[in-house]
Amino acid sequence: MSTVAARYVGQRLRRKEDARLVRGAGTFTADIQVPGALHAAVLRSPFAHAQISRLDASRALGVDGVAAVFTGVDLAGRVGTFVEAAAKEVDKLQERIDVVVKSCPLPVMAVERVLWVGQPVAVVVARDRYTAEDGLEEIDVDYEPLPSIPDAESALGPDAPVLHPELGDNVAARLSISSGDVDAAFDAAPFTLRERFTFGRHAANAMETRTVQASWDDGRGELSVWITNPRPHLIRTNLSEMLGLPLESVRVVAPDVGGSFGTGLFGEDALIPFLAMALRRPVRWTEDRQESLSVTRHARDQVHDLELAYDHEGRILALRDRFLVDAGAYNAYAVTVSYNTAAHLRGQYAIDTFSIEGRNVVTTKAPVAPVRGAGRPEAVFALDRALDLIAAERGLDPAELRRRNLIPAEELPRPMGMPYRDGAEMVYDSGDYPAQLEQALDAFGYDELRARQAEWRAAGRHVGVGISSYVEGSGFGPYEGAVVRLDQRGRVHVVTGAKPHGQGLETTLAQICADEFGVSPDRVTVTAGDTSLIQYGIGTFASRSAVTAGSAVGVAAGRLREKVLAVAGELLEASPADLEVVEDGVAARDVSGRTVSFPELHAAAAPGPNNRMPAGVEPGLQVEYYFVPPAVTFASGTHVASVEVDVETGFVRVLRYLTVDDCGRMLNPTIVEGQIQGGVAHGIGTTLFEEALYDEECQLLTGSYMDYLLPTAAEVPPIEVGHQEFLSELNPFGIKGCGEGGAVSPPAAIANAICDALAPLQVNVNRVPLRPEALLELIRQARDSSAGTEEEGSA
Amino acid sequence: MGTSPPRELVLHVNGEERRGAAEPRVTLADFLRDELGLTGTHLGCEHGVCGACTVLLDGRSVRSCLLLAVQAEGHEVETVEGLAAPDEPLHPIQEAFSAKHGLQCGFCTPGFLMSVRELLADDPDPDEDSIRSRLSGNICRCTGYQNIVEAVRYAAELTRDSA
Repeated sequence: MSTVAARYVGQRLRRKEDARLVRGAGTFTADIQVPGALHAAVLRSPFAHAQISRLDASRALGVDGVAAVFTGVDLAGRVGTFVEAAAKEVDKLQERIDVVVKSCPLPVMAVERVLWVGQPVAVVVARDRYTAEDGLEEIDVDYEPLPSIPDAESALGPDAPVLHPELGDNVAARLSISSGDVDAAFDAAPFTLRERFTFGRHAANAMETRTVQASWDDGRGELSVWITNPRPHLIRTNLSEMLGLPLESVRVVAPDVGGSFGTGLFGEDALIPFLAMALRRPVRWTEDRQESLSVTRHARDQVHDLELAYDHEGRILALRDRFLVDAGAYNAYAVTVSYNTAAHLRGQYAIDTFSIEGRNVVTTKAPVAPVRGAGRPEAVFALDRALDLIAAERGLDPAELRRRNLIPAEELPRPMGMPYRDGAEMVYDSGDYPAQLEQALDAFGYDELRARQAEWRAAGRHVGVGISSYVEGSGFGPYEGAVVRLDQRGRVHVVTGAKPHGQGLETTLAQICADEFGVSPDRVTVTAGDTSLIQYGIGTFASRSAVTAGSAVGVAAGRLREKVLAVAGELLEASPADLEVVEDGVAARDVSGRTVSFPELHAAAAPGPNNRMPAGVEPGLQVEYYFVPPAVTFASGTHVASVEVDVETGFVRVLRYLTVDDCGRMLNPTIVEGQIQGGVAHGIGTTLFEEALYDEECQLLTGSYMDYLLPTAAEVPPIEVGHQEFLSELNPFGIKGCGEGGAVSPPAAIANAICDALAPLQVNVNRVPLRPEALLELIRQARDSSAGTEEEGSA
Repeated sequence: MGTSPPRELVLHVNGEERRGAAEPRVTLADFLRDELGLTGTHLGCEHGVCGACTVLLDGRSVRSCLLLAVQAEGHEVETVEGLAAPDEPLHPIQEAFSAKHGLQCGFCTPGFLMSVRELLADDPDPDEDSIRSRLSGNICRCTGYQNIVEAVRYAAELTRDSA
């Protein structure tokens, strides 16, 4: 644990990044004007699956202002495919579980055959974006359509074409994890439930679409890239490999990033840098929203066949789940998402006998990527819906059923009988799930709502309440680093590889640094997302940055303080233990009031004849440190939602939404609450409004915001946020992640609330998103079936 | 293709006369950003739904992605950069958004600020329903809107106090 008392950590400090962002003075990638840059526009496949029989760009080259056109064929041998980094993650897992990831690398552009609507086919480079788009219209392509594969189940059917011959079939990856004698448990159980749960396709929809700009310095052989991306170091690795450049010759900068809500690799990431090199001119490209909706960060799209064995009291005895992930045309993220699903399926519940099998299947849709929650909302939706079905069958309140199944607080830390995705033993490290449930129920007034429900029903109102909880392995490794440097004016400069995109890291990392070094956060600046400033970096995703970068910054700042005190000790002829950092330098704690200023400290720390560092201490006031977490640390949360259903229109109004979460030490409660509120809003959209829809031929039906509906201020209710604070013991500051949790439980909580509201009709919501027309259909079916039952009964 | 050559344009932006050249097909948003360097106006969807590109034209909110630059000739355009000059303190709406954590990534924020400017000009004391309804033409993916609503209320308070 940190040795310094927290002064700034835990405070509701105003965000440092706001100063520029509210003035419109942030620098997003598209705001950067590289002199002389050409503009690229990408021609995309209008077919889901087709052979390219002819591609003629000669007319496009005749358009005034068009500088060049490249096709997939032109890139062959000049640009490699994306590095399959996620596939390497399974090496350690394979010692413990049955996991297979087949190689099928994502190409930059289609060559000969297209595999989803929106796949890049050609690129036009011109003097401006308007002219480049003119050029797209002059490219002639003949496609010979091939059979499409609309979903994972059809991909496994005997008639489905094999999309990638090198895979042998359409299964790109699979995993199988089990513990205990599952078959015996099911055979012996008094009751079992078997249910199919489907989670439709989602799209991340950061408000900033992607921009890539690249500039090639021919003289130095150096490539500079500016990109809307939370993982600039990963992009650097890919560009180095794909373009055959030394890592040190590639600089990747992510300036301000306007949301991301996930990761992903996209053809343009390498295409634009390639063009800059090939044309020896800076090249820029900005995605439009239609492109974004067809290629950028699709997610979810899972089907679960879940079985639970349980006893008379509703206690779960065993779990069996077989699920499919529709990975789209390329399974670029190995088992990242499906492993998350498997690891988080049991949530907060004590289920030690389980068997989980997942398969990632390729189809003719956009490749999926890890998006906020990344496999967890799907898992939680399936299990928490199943628990409500069991509660109904047993005649128990859903809250009571949960009480009977939650892991007791005294069992933590608790090994969960499987490795986590990083290969370490999966252990729920700290928390109190039963207390979390009670806190949420009390704050919500759950019992009062239940008491009033009968009178609402009598009055014809369909009001219901739903509960869901989750755990989240946060702070994923393998590491994150910090370079912390003191300048002559006494300002501390922090550099990290964890690029934020809305999480407020410039503020929270400054708070940690301020405490550990000893100045106010006003004197700390945080820079992230530039590979030239720190050698190694991972990035911001997986609720990891506060944990990993926060720990790195804290340790580095503490070591910098020690270094500063050491040199001050030499100058003041005092023991460092008797000194402290103050706002303008270092002062003795005693009554002498002796001080040494930051400029004096710098002069003494600099290399050369005037260096006064103690023997064995390197010159310079800079520390670089990489924090390597021993394992993920488990955050958790419980959500309670109430809804009212209009049975005539199928519209669901979320009346109240309340969360209680444990993200360990809250570095800045205002920022934590903002992350949770935003996550819940994202989850409400996921549940009730948003879906990336394809027709049977895999034509995208949701290519604009008229069709893909994001929730607005009119749809999202106020979100009530409560906290528990169980400090993590897996990092020096007790931090757990909070970036994704808000988005994990809304599908389950809202679906449970809808079913509760419609309990007299026995509507079973086993698929989300649940848009009004789908709910109306469920209501109609329920009414038909109950009418049928009544007729039989009266006959 | 029917492109026409660029022509000289004179726009009144944030109280100043600004000149630039643009083809008639160039949107107001692209002209502000690329020709005048006012990159605070952001493009989120380029089809008039997300509201990130909202600016005021003669005091009324417009989607600058759906207007052509030539259509703005002779009108007063106000962008986020017009709320407060770089050396001035924050405008009360900007101050309120920061104070109430009404932004996270900050990409949609300039559009929200301009919509709120119009809202408060019309109604200096809007209630929550009115705020939520009036801001339903701006999409934010980060905040869940709650702190934006609080920021608008606070901005109204600050504006009334300073009036």
